Amino acid sequence: MLTLIKDTLISQVVTLWKVFLHTFAKADTVEYPDEQPHMFSRWRGRIILSRDPDGEERCVACNLCAVACPVDCIALQKAEDDAGRWCPEFFRINFSRCIMCGFCEEACPTNAIQLTPDFEMAEYERQDMVWEKENLLINGTGKYHDYNFYRVSGMKIHGKDKGEGLNEAPPVDVRSLLP
Amino acid sequence: MIILFYIAAIVAVISTLCVILQSNIVHALIYLILSLLAVAVIFYVLGAPFAAMLEAIVYAGAIMVLFLFVIMMLNLGKISTDQERSWMKSSGWVAPGIMAAILLAQLLNVLGDYEYDLVPVEVGVMEVSTLLFGPYVLAVELASILLLAGLVSAYHLAKK
Amino acid sequence: MTFEVGSILNIGAILAVVIGVAAMLIWVERRLLSLWQDRLGPNRVGWFGLMQVVADMVKIFNKEDWVPPFSDRFVFVLAPAIIMTVILLSFGVIPFAPGVGIADSNVGVLFVLAMASLGAYSVMLGGLSSDNKYALLGSLRAAAQMVSYEVFMGISMLGVVALTGSFDLREIVLAQADGWYVIPQFVGFVIFLIAGVAESHRLPFDIPEADQEIVAGYHTEYSGMKFGMFFVGEYLGLVLVSSLITVLFFGGWMGPGFLPPVIWFAAKAFVFICFFILLRAAIPRPRYDQLMSYGWLFLLPLSLINLLVTAFIILSSQ
Repeated sequence: MLTLIKDTLISQVVTLWKVFLHTFAKADTVEYPDEQPHMFSRWRGRIILSRDPDGEERCVACNLCAVACPVDCIALQKAEDDAGRWCPEFFRINFSRCIMCGFCEEACPTNAIQLTPDFEMAEYERQDMVWEKENLLINGTGKYHDYNFYRVSGMKIHGKDKGEGLNEAPPVDVRSLLP
Repeated sequence: MIILFYIAAIVAVISTLCVILQSNIVHALIYLILSLLAVAVIFYVLGAPFAAMLEAIVYAGAIMVLFLFVIMMLNLGKISTDQERSWMKSSGWVAPGIMAAILLAQLLNVLGDYEYDLVPVEVGVMEVSTLLFGPYVLAVELASILLLAGLVSAYHLAKK
Repeated sequence: MTFEVGSILNIGAILAVVIGVAAMLIWVERRLLSLWQDRLGPNRVGWFGLMQVVADMVKIFNKEDWVPPFSDRFVFVLAPAIIMTVILLSFGVIPFAPGVGIADSNVGVLFVLAMASLGAYSVMLGGLSSDNKYALLGSLRAAAQMVSYEVFMGISMLGVVALTGSFDLREIVLAQADGWYVIPQFVGFVIFLIAGVAESHRLPFDIPEADQEIVAGYHTEYSGMKFGMFFVGEYLGLVLVSSLITVLFFGGWMGPGFLPPVIWFAAKAFVFICFFILLRAAIPRPRYDQLMSYGWLFLLPLSLINLLVTAFIILSSQ
């Protein structure tokens, strides 16, 4: 009986009082169109393709993002320029399917694909939600400023031979190691 | 006031007829509620507001709710309506109709001999209470014991 | 027969005010709930969002008013009309102020109880005629809940009736000139409050329409203005219960003379309306069997003891 009174009356009255005290608390709401909410830099919004510090495309068309994507909204085709660099011939994201999960950003080996805090992507035409490479590519490095894939990788491209990368020893002639 | 009585009486008679003639059981129940409310109005007009309100609370408000509750549980669909309709058409109406007509004629005959003075006398809450707890206190107590027995047995059955 | 009918003007004014207040409560409730949940609530349409009610009404009138082909059409249309009619009829016996009120019936309390018991039909018939399993479950729950809590509601009112010696609500108010009945009848007041919430099936006792369990309960199949009548009927019930608490336990229109009596009545009733909204904001819904056992095993004995003690004190002081 006593526990019943305690559970049904006292705890309920305490609850009522605590909720009533919220009358004097400030509302957490941000009145959005009039007032921009503070967006955190790691917020997962619109997807971009970034460039490395030299101004070249970071994307190497490895297709890992397209594989990781749970809704299959990324489509791309590899191409290779005469310098030996890989880059996407086209890179297409269907934002009407994208769920902003960020798996593509996790999967990307070159920090090329990144999510930004921009969420205002409403369109009247569904076809306008399909973004091509020229829409996605930005003139900046995004969240990672110093990283350049071709500078750290051992791949030989135009103007950089094997062994000239950062932290990379010159190639060893295997035959010189023979006893 | 007398015109109110006649209106309520006509409503009561028509809705009671509808209770019998309706083949859909839920519709019949609604007509029955309407009939009980009309009787409550008659009570009020004849100067028994307490009886009127009890009619509305107990019969229309509580007992009919339990009827409806049971109907909900039984899940009566189209089959029961068809069955009801087949009973309506049969010639089984004739014998009960004749017998009821005889009874009605007798009733009218008996009532025709009375002299009426249709001045409603108010029987309020106080009058009803003094009667219930004065001369009829034994009947009230017996009824309450009966209800208590019903309550206990219902509790026992529910415990099983 | 002590039954005085107010003028047509009086009736019209009370009807307009009551329905207007019930409609405005849609906005009041949303703003108050958001205040207690640290939100802002509707504040865009008109001043402080006051025209939100109009916007809601325009929307609800333009909605498709769909009667399901598998439903029992006659009963389906009848059900929402019952709740509005019954609750508006209950306002007929509420004394708002000296000279303001529709009828002073000498069985006013019983009339309110009768109308409350008829209100159960609206919910039950609505759920039954929808021919939908969730609606049927909702109306089964509603039937049991309303019939049970009517009992405690009636018994908790009887303490006040015994103290006054009359079922007339106006006389109950006049008898409180020396002191409000909330002091001698505090237990009755608490029981009436709880039973009132259960009777108007609002949160935390909105078990007949518990959204998380049974979609929308008895009004799952309703749309358009038929749903709107259930919706406004719920707010009308809220206003009715608040007015009844004011009349029975808080001295009706009585108050210091610097404000007119109607204002005092409205202020007291508004406090209780806000309290009911606070209940909705604060307390979670109990389980169905918890509600029933709480009613029958705790509230019923408590209200009977309250009535017995009241009767004993009245008899011994005579």
